Amino acid sequence: MQVDRRLGWIAGAALFAGCAIAAPWLDGFTMSLLTLVFLFAWFGQASNLAMGFTGQLSLGHALFAGLGGYAVVIITTRYGLSPWFGLLIGMPIAAAAGAAIGWLAFRFGVRDVYFALLAIAVAEMMRVIFSNWNFVGGTGGIFLPALSPTNEPLRTLRGGALFYYAAALFLATAGTALLAWLRGARIGYLWRALRDDEAAARALGVRAPLHKILACAISAAMTALGGALYAHLNGVIFPDSMMGMALSIQIIIGPILGGLGTVFGPLVGALVVVPLGEISGTLGQSLGISGMNSIGYGLALILLIGLLPGGLWPAIVAGVQSLWRRR
Amino acid sequence: MSAPLLQLLGISRRFGGVAALDGLDLDLPQGGITALVGPNGAGKTTCFSIIAGALSPTSGQVKFAGETITGLPPESVCRRGIARTFQVVRPMRDLSVLENAMIGAFGWTRHVATARLAAADALAMVGLTAKANAAVGHLTLPDRKMLELARALSTRPRLLLLDEVMAGLRPTEADAVVAVLRRLAAGGLTILLVEHVMRIVMQAATRVVVLHHGALIADGTPAQVVQDPRVIESYLGASPTDPP
Repeated sequence: MQVDRRLGWIAGAALFAGCAIAAPWLDGFTMSLLTLVFLFAWFGQASNLAMGFTGQLSLGHALFAGLGGYAVVIITTRYGLSPWFGLLIGMPIAAAAGAAIGWLAFRFGVRDVYFALLAIAVAEMMRVIFSNWNFVGGTGGIFLPALSPTNEPLRTLRGGALFYYAAALFLATAGTALLAWLRGARIGYLWRALRDDEAAARALGVRAPLHKILACAISAAMTALGGALYAHLNGVIFPDSMMGMALSIQIIIGPILGGLGTVFGPLVGALVVVPLGEISGTLGQSLGISGMNSIGYGLALILLIGLLPGGLWPAIVAGVQSLWRRR
Repeated sequence: MSAPLLQLLGISRRFGGVAALDGLDLDLPQGGITALVGPNGAGKTTCFSIIAGALSPTSGQVKFAGETITGLPPESVCRRGIARTFQVVRPMRDLSVLENAMIGAFGWTRHVATARLAAADALAMVGLTAKANAAVGHLTLPDRKMLELARALSTRPRLLLLDEVMAGLRPTEADAVVAVLRRLAAGGLTILLVEHVMRIVMQAATRVVVLHHGALIADGTPAQVVQDPRVIESYLGASPTDPP
């Protein structure tokens, strides 16, 4: 545990500081790839909170990303208001949706894989509704207007590659720090107790409904924030891309590969999954096979779950620990 | 005499056509160690689950410290001062021994440091201090049983329900646990325990109640109860005339 902690903090701080310092020297491709890595590390931390810490396997996190993205895009393009105001609306809406799903699941005893199905069902339902709702652009989505030459990134939350890189790096750092703090906080202990044995935790006075619903809501609000940035990064928002199953899977695959319930697993997972998706996607395009990135995810998942069921990060920690002892 | 701490009023619980408990009445005054004994299937664990809020009775009422707690969820029952251990130990496998014991303390404190101290106290009480930072997976069965007890103690209960916490322990280990329970009872804690080993019951309990087919058939001091012909017939399994 001690080595886990120290290694994590040193590696994490070095990585984040290094990425911040290295920004001016990165070429365009590397920078956009790392932007996605950090953004998905943030998404991964959000789902790690619900899935890794509290044991609620949500396969519908794209719903929250979509709600956050649509709230910001609609507030800015339809009403001309600040995207910050959009976040102020979008994050609570997503949190409420997350809490509603959490409450439904608790009320009707829906858990484990059935909870995942419930989350998929709600997400798909909203995707279909958004696809047929003209106000939000239907299947055609909403395109963001061109940036004005006098654009101020902190006011519009839009900008060039460097802005998105910095914003995603900030989110990844903040998300990792938040989960590190939560792990040792009262609520983190209660969540992990609920995940390990709900009946035993409740017998010890842990208020299961309150804490499970809270985890759903926080996770959803975090995902909504990432979704807003993702929509801005893409410059366009469609129901299929922002609320579809594909995004939900992309969000959860990082923390699963990296190590659920660990603080650094989602970051390590994103570092593997995002480049893997890009490489297999590009490979698929040159071969004329669409959906190659899904095959890439699938293969990586099968291989890693088979070889390292606990995830990459715990395996790295165990490796370093054994080296440590050998010295 | 003051009102009983725990009162079961006509508790019945049916599982399909089977009555696990059939109109059980039981008063537990403040203090002392009461043993709940009876053959397998007598309804002991069902009784615990109903008191702890994990099961709802089909009919009847549970009163604790004058308040009706029937139908409250387990976490609310625990927060009112009733802690239980499980017959099959249920440690949280990803938390350390100390962290397991901290969970119960979070019912009455918001501070991690306070919970840590309370957990350390609870571990010290059951003799697990040396293993506080171990992973629960590395504990032996007796140690897991003691962790189960420490976790319950860290909730600061007024009533402790122990479901076969000494099963599987060697006699010397069980004696040590009995000493711990005696000390707790001397401090004012009320203990209700389910136990199969009569030697332990005789040693630990100040009062024994015998359950058979979901109803009480005997209630008294250990010495009185073992002489009761109905208890001998239904539970101890020998006739009084048998040679010892």
